[in-house]
Amino acid sequence: MTSNNNILEITHLEKNYQDTKDEIKAIDDFSFKVEKGKFISIVGPSGCGKSTLLSILAKLEDKSSGEITFNKDNIILGYMLQKDSLFPWLTILDNCLLGLEIKGIKTEDNISYVNHLLDSYGLTEFKDKYPSSLSGGMRQRVALIRTLAIHPDILLLDEPFSALDAMTRVALADDLYKMIKKEGKTVLMVTHDIAEAVSLSDIVIVLTKRPAKIKTIYEIEFEDRKTPFENRSKKEFNIYYEKIWRDLDVHI
Amino acid sequence: MSISNERKEYLKKKQKEKRIIIFAQVLILIVFLIIWEVLAHYKVINTFLASSPSLIVKTLSSLVESNDLFTHIKVTLLETIISFALASIGGLVIASILWWNKRLAKIVDPYLTVINALPKVALGPLIIIWVGASTKSIIFMALLISLFLSIINIYHSFKETDKNYLILLKSLNASKKDLFFKVVLPSNFSNIINNLKINTSMAYIGVIMGELLVSKKGLGYLIMYGSQVFNINLVITSVFLLGVFAFLFYYVICLVEKKFIKK
Repeated sequence: MTSNNNILEITHLEKNYQDTKDEIKAIDDFSFKVEKGKFISIVGPSGCGKSTLLSILAKLEDKSSGEITFNKDNIILGYMLQKDSLFPWLTILDNCLLGLEIKGIKTEDNISYVNHLLDSYGLTEFKDKYPSSLSGGMRQRVALIRTLAIHPDILLLDEPFSALDAMTRVALADDLYKMIKKEGKTVLMVTHDIAEAVSLSDIVIVLTKRPAKIKTIYEIEFEDRKTPFENRSKKEFNIYYEKIWRDLDVHI
Repeated sequence: MSISNERKEYLKKKQKEKRIIIFAQVLILIVFLIIWEVLAHYKVINTFLASSPSLIVKTLSSLVESNDLFTHIKVTLLETIISFALASIGGLVIASILWWNKRLAKIVDPYLTVINALPKVALGPLIIIWVGASTKSIIFMALLISLFLSIINIYHSFKETDKNYLILLKSLNASKKDLFFKVVLPSNFSNIINNLKINTSMAYIGVIMGELLVSKKGLGYLIMYGSQVFNINLVITSVFLLGVFAFLFYYVICLVEKKFIKK
């Protein structure tokens, strides 16, 4: 088992939601192998259960059936939400150290790693400021540093850009992509933005309407892959975009 | 750093506006007192029933001379501060327990609601019989009024804690203790301070109500005693003092709020 390069294997995952009126199937027979170091996006119609998938992986929700196997026992997951959720009563530095503190690993080494990240992304001068003095894009960068601080093996990004305005979004996607690639992280990102998925990812998984099943899997290949922003102007980009658009079969 | 003329102008305007408001506030009080005094002086109103500012001053000075004034004020203040402290600490602790144990919160919910909605004056006779006519019974009354409201308020704000903050911590495998001390408590800091504000007035109301019912000392007692011997001067003087302390309490809490809520 250890010989393969898969950091995570999901087999026949199913999730049902119970309430007093009904049982609702959210995820149906989802199987997928995640290769180490890959950037994987999951797109699907809104409300199809893509965020549920991340919540289950992050152990925030229980699965109904199926298997989730990580390639090591103490896998560390970095979960990043749509809203930056920075604590307004903590300084930027303390916000970044939050994960370390909760996990009880606030060591000298880890603190200096956080300082190094803040420094690399131009946030050192805001270290002792409070989140309210930062712009939306900067806040999201701080949120990513907070996520990276605990040295996660896999990053789970739940629509990380959707709370931002259109311009910041594209710029920040570039930024985050660089940060993540530099740290060599495996990423699972949920999004409803096809352009974002195609420009950032190695693999795009398209899901069906609820209950979410895998519809198609695209290996995204660019002739020469550059930054997400530059990828957007490549001819392959439009081809993938159209295919995924058709898969999603959007009706208003 | 030099300040532009436009900014100078703006600051000046703001200052002026502030001064006008304070001036008007003080003016209303003074005009009211003068009209009252003049009407009393020319016997348009009956001072036996309506008193007058000068009579209040006279009553105050005789109370000071007989050394009674400060005893009564001290008793009322002490009772209010004790009730306030007990209601605030008790409210915070009990609300925290309820947050910790959601099932318990659901179980006690109807009881809390009923006890809070109950007109507490109706319990006055029972309190006298159970606790006796003492400082204890007054604090008991004040607690009945302020504690349950405090529990309900704080618990509700705890329950409304931003879900995203909690999800974030849960994704880091945080313990319940971490959830409480790292998120619930700090994110509700301003709600807790706000609750202190409400507690001050509730404790004050409760103490005066208790004193009206059972006491032998305090401003509430003075009002009760004054009405029984038909000394309206004494009643109105006491009411005036109640107003002064209500203002002082408000002022102190505002100072506390300013000091702690900066961000």
